[in-house]
Amino acid sequence: MASFKPTKIPIYPKLGEKVTQDTVYWKNYKAPVQIKEFGAVTNIHFSPVAPHNYAVTAFTRIHIYGPFSQEPVKSFTRFKDTAYCGRYRSDGQLLVAGCEDSVVRLFDVSGKVALRMFKGHTKAVHVTDFTSERYHIFTGSDDYTCRLWDIPNATELNTYQEHTDYIRCGVTSKLNRDLFITGSYDHTLKLFDARVDKSVITMDHGQPVESVLLYPSEGLVVSAGGRYVKVWDLLKGGQPLVSLKNHHKTVTSLCLSSNGQRLLSASLDRHVKVYNTTNFRVVHNFDYAASVLSLALAPDDESIIVGMTNGVLSIKHRKSPEESKEVSHQQRRRPSYRVFVKGKNYMPKQDDYLVSKPVREYLTKYDKHLKKFNISKALDSALQRKPEVTVAVIKELDRRGTLKNALAGRDEKALSELLHFITKNMVDFRFAPVLVPAANMILDIYRSVIGQSPVVDRQLLYLQDLLQKEINYQQELLDVLGMLDTLFASSVPRKELLCLEGMNNCTLG
Amino acid sequence: MVEHGDIRVVHRGGIARYCRFLCERGIFCCCRFLLCGSGYEVKVFSTSTEECIHDLRAHTDLVTGVLLRPSNHLQAYSCSTDGTVRLWDYTDGILIKTYVIGYPIYSIYTSANHSGVLFVVTPTSDKRSEFQLVAVHLPQSGDQLVEAREFSAVLSDVSSNPAATSFGRGGEYIASAKGLQLEVYFFKKQKPYRFFLKEDNKKGGKNTFTCLACHPKDDCIATGHEDGKIRLWRNFNHKKEYTYTTLHWHHSAVSSLCFTPEGTNLLSGGIESVLVQWRYNQESQRDFLPRLGAAITHIAVSPDGALFCTSHSDNKITIIRSSIQVSAVIQGLVKGDSVRTDLMVDPRSKALVLNGKPGHLQFYSLQRDKLLYNLDIVQQEYIHQSGLEQFEVVKAAFDAYGNWLATVEERKQKPTELELNLKLWAFDEQTQSFMLNTTISAPHEARITAMCFCHSTDSQTTVLVSVSKDGHFKAWQLAPATHTEDEGPSWSCDFVGAYHSLVPECCCFSADGSLLAVSFQEVVTVWSPASWELLTTLSQPPGAIRNLCFGQLTCSKYLLGTTDKNLLCCWNLLTCSLEWSTSMDVSLLLSDPFSENMAAFCCQAGCTDLFVFKPSEPRPLFSHKAVCLGKVTRAVFAPREKMLESCEETSQWLNHSQLYFVTQYMDLLTFTTKAEEDRLMASSKQLVISDSVAMTPFSVLLGKRSQQEGQEAASSLLAERTQLPQGSAAVRELLQTPAHVLPSTSFLCSMFVESLLISVTDNRKKGRTIYNYFIVAQQHFMSKIE
Repeated sequence: MASFKPTKIPIYPKLGEKVTQDTVYWKNYKAPVQIKEFGAVTNIHFSPVAPHNYAVTAFTRIHIYGPFSQEPVKSFTRFKDTAYCGRYRSDGQLLVAGCEDSVVRLFDVSGKVALRMFKGHTKAVHVTDFTSERYHIFTGSDDYTCRLWDIPNATELNTYQEHTDYIRCGVTSKLNRDLFITGSYDHTLKLFDARVDKSVITMDHGQPVESVLLYPSEGLVVSAGGRYVKVWDLLKGGQPLVSLKNHHKTVTSLCLSSNGQRLLSASLDRHVKVYNTTNFRVVHNFDYAASVLSLALAPDDESIIVGMTNGVLSIKHRKSPEESKEVSHQQRRRPSYRVFVKGKNYMPKQDDYLVSKPVREYLTKYDKHLKKFNISKALDSALQRKPEVTVAVIKELDRRGTLKNALAGRDEKALSELLHFITKNMVDFRFAPVLVPAANMILDIYRSVIGQSPVVDRQLLYLQDLLQKEINYQQELLDVLGMLDTLFASSVPRKELLCLEGMNNCTLG
Repeated sequence: MVEHGDIRVVHRGGIARYCRFLCERGIFCCCRFLLCGSGYEVKVFSTSTEECIHDLRAHTDLVTGVLLRPSNHLQAYSCSTDGTVRLWDYTDGILIKTYVIGYPIYSIYTSANHSGVLFVVTPTSDKRSEFQLVAVHLPQSGDQLVEAREFSAVLSDVSSNPAATSFGRGGEYIASAKGLQLEVYFFKKQKPYRFFLKEDNKKGGKNTFTCLACHPKDDCIATGHEDGKIRLWRNFNHKKEYTYTTLHWHHSAVSSLCFTPEGTNLLSGGIESVLVQWRYNQESQRDFLPRLGAAITHIAVSPDGALFCTSHSDNKITIIRSSIQVSAVIQGLVKGDSVRTDLMVDPRSKALVLNGKPGHLQFYSLQRDKLLYNLDIVQQEYIHQSGLEQFEVVKAAFDAYGNWLATVEERKQKPTELELNLKLWAFDEQTQSFMLNTTISAPHEARITAMCFCHSTDSQTTVLVSVSKDGHFKAWQLAPATHTEDEGPSWSCDFVGAYHSLVPECCCFSADGSLLAVSFQEVVTVWSPASWELLTTLSQPPGAIRNLCFGQLTCSKYLLGTTDKNLLCCWNLLTCSLEWSTSMDVSLLLSDPFSENMAAFCCQAGCTDLFVFKPSEPRPLFSHKAVCLGKVTRAVFAPREKMLESCEETSQWLNHSQLYFVTQYMDLLTFTTKAEEDRLMASSKQLVISDSVAMTPFSVLLGKRSQQEGQEAASSLLAERTQLPQGSAAVRELLQTPAHVLPSTSFLCSMFVESLLISVTDNRKKGRTIYNYFIVAQQHFMSKIE
């Protein structure tokens, strides 16, 4: 004797994006903390040492935030004009920043006043960075030059005048003290070596370069400019590796995840995209309220910090493991206390023969009714459930040939409940094949009593309206399909067809 | 059965091999044994182990009834349409007596009150009634074969249904129901009483009698009716003052009724496949045993009332304890109305796979002739109700290793509303069964006509092709696992193909999986599964293609097709031209995957002929006229466990595989060679004697030899029985001497061999088998000495 087989609820393919490991990982962040800055946030830089404070450059200030603070721990306000590119040194002690007034300032993170001022540029300095041996500063400016400075003497060591437009981005090598890369609005990336007086490699990006990023291995360099993100292989002398075009506005900022497996790009189109660095496919996407100018990831991806044109700094912290688990715990129903209290601490001995209790199968309410052939009750209890379940039960009743009986004999309230469900779900293409015959049946059954209840009449009118709309909509869709077919047909080359016919002739001949 | 020289057609398939004629009636002999008629034989089952203990074979036609002898509970009568009643000792499986009646017998009844008399239902020559109940007085005679000639008619018009007649309290009366009439015959008064019912009552019920049962202790007759009602008749020894009460639970016809031996309970069953137990005199109390699997055709109770058994329409007997719990199930090959899926062989278990219970696939072991298990495909509660459209498994296919199973189920409510599901099942090593992997609802817009897996052994991906009446064929491929770990790989559509909006009919992959042939009405298209390019088209007017088949092994360059204009064509794919064609009305064409052979079944004048040929030469290797009555609907080549070494030309094609086929009457048939049958026969005989003599290679060897020496003349099957080892003096000496005083092996060997040599080898084949046996025996002997 077989046991009762419960009604099978079909799993409908989920529309939209699939749940992947990446989406799970990147969705595991709390709701963002939003902080209003004075102007557009142009740069965010994390301190390389714990507790990993970060410097946010916005308008004429640089704010330092702690990992969990919502108020700045410290501010550097001694800028005459808009500050740019506040960056930490690798020991987290010093901070350098450029300024619209062409002066580069060096700060001690504990102090307030600039330790050194580097004067020499003639226009705004948008790029500043420390070299890896920590005693030099590299800067790039709108006067088309980039320079190297000595920190102790505050003197200029070298000037490179190879770019023909503004230098808006640049990065120094973390492994080699002499190497740095600049990106300029003249569409090129240049790799400079401090030991020689000119650039070593030049790469043509094709668009004004907005951001440059070096891989931790420093074999690859990523550049962003225009709508493109391009990856270059330095070891092959700056050969282009990939060109990604996933944004529809200028890409402004680039960032790597802590393990180097994912690349993030932020753009003026208000999206931040996450790429897999093995196949360079987009695996996740974040949406923001305004155009994103700067982006940074905390070590271990603990938080995502994004600065936007409207001056809002958005901070998303990762959920702690307990928090992410909490949800599933709540859903699981625990057996009652009584079950566990008896023999709770008993450990089976080695020779004990374990007898497992047969697992009792629990049937849902509608299945219990179906088992007893209580069809109307089964339908009633299924109406309380998700539409997938209800439709599956209606289908099951139809299979049993008793759907008409289950629909019949309802009072005003029960009927309006049923009609409410049908009007809500009938146009869903997943449910339509089941619900349309059911609606037909309802009309057949209750034809004689139409007009007796205003509630039901209203719902019926609504249903009629809905169906008319749906028909029109389908009609339009068919029209579009016809147009598309014509386009496709005209774009298919004629060659294949001829080839096929030729083959037919051959075989016939 | 059809004899044809060396090769014979043999029926296969479990308990009731002739399900289309008769649903077997099971009866209990005590709590230990269950007897049931099955085809031409009576089977004795053990109620505890479900195993078949004996086959009582002697009838030459269908067994229609089995009955315990009231005077001796170790003996049983069986009746058959061959006109004999046989008395058996069923514990030992011995035929005691044969009574020749001379007319086909449709059922048999006895009672303890009437010793020496059997009541049988035989056809009449009278025009008014078809069947009559006749009392046969059994002559007292010591002979084994007795002719019974003393008949007396009891009731002139009865139903042939065995359930419609029954003896009442202690054999005082016999009750029989037919149509709308209940007839009770009192033996004392020698007078029948007849009671009539109206055809239809007011509520639209149908009152036709279907079955009846008499209470063993009380004057009460329970009758079952077409509309599901049960009537309990009392006071029926009065013509006018009879009464009846009505019980109604069944929603359709009651097919069987049975009282327990003490009369405390009444059991009833019908198409709902629910066993209902009514308390006698407290009919409002009922017990149910639901979901027994298929419609109940017969109910029987053991004499002590401890066990019930129900036989079902799907070739199954369920044994139920009196506490209404199933204790055992005896299941044969499940037989439906037709095999909608093709016959298939599971590459893993080598089991035959076909439609089983509704919505299931059955796995039937051909080697052990036993049902292995049913795989639930539809996974829906089956509603036992006539006239309800159910999901049916219509197509199934295995991949080359048995890792994947594809099934198609369909339900057709209205012509426009066809529900189709394509399901793909992965073999799970842990549970050793198939697990549902992917369900594709509505894979095509119309019915799927053919489906096949790519059978290549080296390709990385598995491809499934389904061909539908909607004018497309679709290729399905196992998509790699998605990013998340909890989701395994699943199947998705890879390619949709069509050809000039013609309707495709069949599809077939070549042996190496590099070509796919799809027939579109009169055109055969050949595609490359690697790139889904149309490679070539073959057409051979006139006639739409009916079957399509690639050659195997060395003949893989040939593609064979049959058309509905009686043409069998063979194309050479290297030259893309027609190699040969012949005019044959082939209804079914299939290739043996283990050899180059192809089998073609031709239906002609109600009979089916079989031709076996190689595609390379249009000359049949083997042909067999009139294999069976009716059309052969499905066939399959099943691999053999052990290759045969037949060297005769006509039976060589059976060496690697065995051909099984199903006729339109749902008989499963196969071909066996003479040698194979002899071996089977010998092994079954050996089982009989096995309790007296230990089975050793020696006993087999010596028994065979002495039999050949002694009974060369006797050629009957009984003579095949292996004799006890007697052996020559040399062998006796060798066996009886203690090992430590034996002379050296080399000395003994020559003596031993000489004693075993056969003087004249008139039959080469026999000589060889004996020689083989000898080798085996010698090896055993050597190991013993060492």
